[in-house]
Amino acid sequence: MKSFSFYRAQNSADAISAAASQRAGAQFIAGGTNMLDYMKLNVLQPDHLVDLNGLAKSEHGTIEVTDGGLRLGALVRMAEAQDHSLIKRDYPVIAESLMLAASQQIRNMASLGGNILQKTRCEYYRETSWPCNKRNPGSGCAAFDGVNREHAVLGGGSACIATYHGDFAQALIALDATVEIVGPGGRRIIPFSKLHRLPRDTPNIETTLEPGELVTFIGVPAGRHTRRSRYLKIRDRQSYQFALASVAVALDLDGDTVRDVRVALGGLATIPWRARDAEEILRGKILDEAAAHRAADLAFAGAESREHNAFKIPLGKATVVRALREAKEMKV
Amino acid sequence: MEKTPPTDPVQEDGWSRRLFMAGSAVAASMPLIPLRNAAVSAQLRPTPSDQPEAIVLHINKKAYRLAIDTRTTLLDAIRDHAGLTGTKKGCDHGQCGACTVHIDGKRVLSCLMLAVMAEGHDVTTIEGLAGPDGNLHPVQQAFIDNDAFQCGYCTPGQIMSAVACIVEGHAMDDDEIREFMSGNLCRCAAYPNIVAAVKQAKAKAEKA
Repeated sequence: MKSFSFYRAQNSADAISAAASQRAGAQFIAGGTNMLDYMKLNVLQPDHLVDLNGLAKSEHGTIEVTDGGLRLGALVRMAEAQDHSLIKRDYPVIAESLMLAASQQIRNMASLGGNILQKTRCEYYRETSWPCNKRNPGSGCAAFDGVNREHAVLGGGSACIATYHGDFAQALIALDATVEIVGPGGRRIIPFSKLHRLPRDTPNIETTLEPGELVTFIGVPAGRHTRRSRYLKIRDRQSYQFALASVAVALDLDGDTVRDVRVALGGLATIPWRARDAEEILRGKILDEAAAHRAADLAFAGAESREHNAFKIPLGKATVVRALREAKEMKV
Repeated sequence: MEKTPPTDPVQEDGWSRRLFMAGSAVAASMPLIPLRNAAVSAQLRPTPSDQPEAIVLHINKKAYRLAIDTRTTLLDAIRDHAGLTGTKKGCDHGQCGACTVHIDGKRVLSCLMLAVMAEGHDVTTIEGLAGPDGNLHPVQQAFIDNDAFQCGYCTPGQIMSAVACIVEGHAMDDDEIREFMSGNLCRCAAYPNIVAAVKQAKAKAEKA
């Protein structure tokens, strides 16, 4: 591991100024589960670590539930949110997306803010001897002609097909979450859907965060669809594994008719992925198997597969159909 | 190598066979000092430095004054600097759970935490589970009663995870135990016996 300086921030202003004082090479750290793993592999080589954990008690470590929705501190640990009784009851897709991720040990450590910013698990990104446009811009992509079974079929480009492996992010993008950010330029709030960037020709630039900016809160607006929501995750082993295909779905039904629906896809795309075309065709329609299949087909209309990951397209469609069916059958 | 005696056994409660590996680092017993984050120094610490970073870790209700490189993980600090080798290093990347310890009562992976980030917190390792009289913790006894291991390498992590799993209330039935113990891999595949051990310990905890 490369050497670094370590600084315990006292508050968010202190954290931002500490990061700014080091210009490039400063990195915030909270749970550290993703970052320390990649620092050991020399994939991430920060010169300066700014430890945010001291801010949890004073600033960004609480969960607020109001009639208007959720306000989740970025330093809330995954396990805290997953076990929160009101989140489990009123936003089950969020609780399930957290509970089905990683292990309880990691969920006790990992912060919500760090979770949404997690790095891909692409094996070619993880191992520094391979070419990788995300890790080493311009070096090429070893996954294109390599073993790409777990790679993305949506949102790829000519430079990168690394999957965004997070689960929580799919629940957030489905529920129109927002992200509160503070940085040297002040405070701003953006839709969660604007946080991650498609890889295009610069897969190394993964988010729209400016240098030195810090995610402080995640907002989730309330709505009639949030109670009838769930997260369905399909993977090679039943637990402690990343998704091959996952679906976050939220439904507002009037009898069998869809008043509102949200569908997001995990394990299939390069960034958190909302399937808006699939939602559009379902709105106002009776939700039956045929409608669910039509929506699933539309969700993958633009999918592109490589040698080993073509199976993800029918798997993803089947996961969409099953998630819609299971959400419809939920007793709320 | 493992039989080499340490030249300077400084722990009051007996020396570790691997203490010599810590080199210049010293693990010394000292009175328990209540520590809070606010009391912990915040300055920028470049590493490696000419002088190792001085930190105090509270492990199993005992304070250890350690001199470490800031890059040291909590796992390596526990094993190689504090000399508590019950906690095991498996994958060192958060994939196997062998290094599971408790921080302030919650189970975490010590391989994915910097030792400097554990300052001001209470660390519990497998050595801290047994009672002061040496009686095994009910989960330790349950692992023996149910033959819940073969080679035993993953066992300290399994037991630390199981203790927390029961306290969390995530051991209600076999499926939930399997789900919430999934972060601890056992290559001998003693899983059915581990589930049985967790059930036994949970039942005993309910009676107590």
